[in-house]
Amino acid sequence: MKVEATLTVNGTAYPVELDPGTNLLAAVRDVVGLTGSKEGCDDSECGACMMLLDGQPVNSCSYLALQAEGSEITTVEGLADGETLAPLQAAFLDLGGVQCGFCTPGMLVSATALLEANPSPTEDEVRIGLSGNLCRCTGYDGIVKAVLSVAGTSS
Amino acid sequence: MTVTSFTTARTVEDAVAAVAAGARPVAGGTDLVVGARSGKTTLPGSIVAIHRLAELHGIELLDDGGLRVGTLASHAEIAASEDVRARFSALADACAIVGSHATRAQGTIGGNLMNASPAMETGGPLVCFGATATLRSPSGTRWVAVADLWAGPGKTTAHADELLVAVDVPAPAAGTGSAYLRLEYRRQMEIAVVGATAVVTVVDGTVTDARIAMTALSPTIRRVPEAEAALAGSDGGEGAIEAAGAAVAAAATPISDVRGSADYRRAMAAVIARRAIATALSRARQEDA
Repeated sequence: MKVEATLTVNGTAYPVELDPGTNLLAAVRDVVGLTGSKEGCDDSECGACMMLLDGQPVNSCSYLALQAEGSEITTVEGLADGETLAPLQAAFLDLGGVQCGFCTPGMLVSATALLEANPSPTEDEVRIGLSGNLCRCTGYDGIVKAVLSVAGTSS
Repeated sequence: MTVTSFTTARTVEDAVAAVAAGARPVAGGTDLVVGARSGKTTLPGSIVAIHRLAELHGIELLDDGGLRVGTLASHAEIAASEDVRARFSALADACAIVGSHATRAQGTIGGNLMNASPAMETGGPLVCFGATATLRSPSGTRWVAVADLWAGPGKTTAHADELLVAVDVPAPAAGTGSAYLRLEYRRQMEIAVVGATAVVTVVDGTVTDARIAMTALSPTIRRVPEAEAALAGSDGGEGAIEAAGAAVAAAATPISDVRGSADYRRAMAAVIARRAIATALSRARQEDA
């Protein structure tokens, strides 16, 4: 059974037809076609699939896509302003917050939500706040430095 | 199972009717969807999404000092509530450590309770505070003590046609302090290896009431009367805390699984219970002073 719905991703409304059991990550990647968000564990452990739902973080692998109808969905593709990277994205590149890049979309979205809730976090608050996002490459130091470098300066 | 019916409830009556007709309610989805993909269960064939029902949201401090929490209140909202933090600290402690900030933004107190995990964070605090669950069905409303809401791991005593709509927490007595904490291996996306709740009332330096619950140490979260007896009437000193911790360990009937052996859980039960009790006593003494 397919259900017609409209998903609003990064400000654009996408008409979609979904099996009701489809999770938001699969809908956005496979149906909408935005593949920035990643499937890591598919079990809410790793945070690679993290998106924003009306500004609040969500592990999109564990959220039914049809429930997101009527909400604003933000993915990593929605963080930059055209070709201009968001300050957080630039800081990840400058300070070694990216290696293989697989965790990066979720990490950026998670850090965006963290800074929205707590604009001037301490290092400890950043480390705890991002510990639902796993990274196997960087050792986290570059990521934490990047987040702290824009803390208090971004909206 | 393939999901063959998905509706979004516009009214509580819609939601209750759908549940009575066999649909599973979904709010944040943090347990339902994960559980289905891990292979432990499948997605239900019929789902009713209740997350848009404004009247099931909200956290309200009542005139009598009690707290009414809508079933859709998220962990993040509860943890951020000044009323909860000040007067129902153990519940704020619990909600602040559920999952990650994504889980806390989407996951609801109703989902946490009705998932009926013996390791859930909010259960111990609600049991110790004497909270009541409000269950709605097409035939009316029923009130059940949260302590009586679970029948076993993953099983509730709610009837098949009932939807949890709210949780009411009575006002704690003056001089009450509370705390919940867990043994964890990771700071986020963690499940309690062992958890303990303490709600204690201190009047003029004497513990006049103590409620201690254990989490992930028995098939359902439950209070430990022997630990409470060790504290009640005492000065809340080290001897009483030690005895209460030992009583929790003695009452525990933990399982061995990937997260820890039964022996390890029992040993840690005393440690975590002592820490929860000490924190609750410290908070109570600030109220008593």
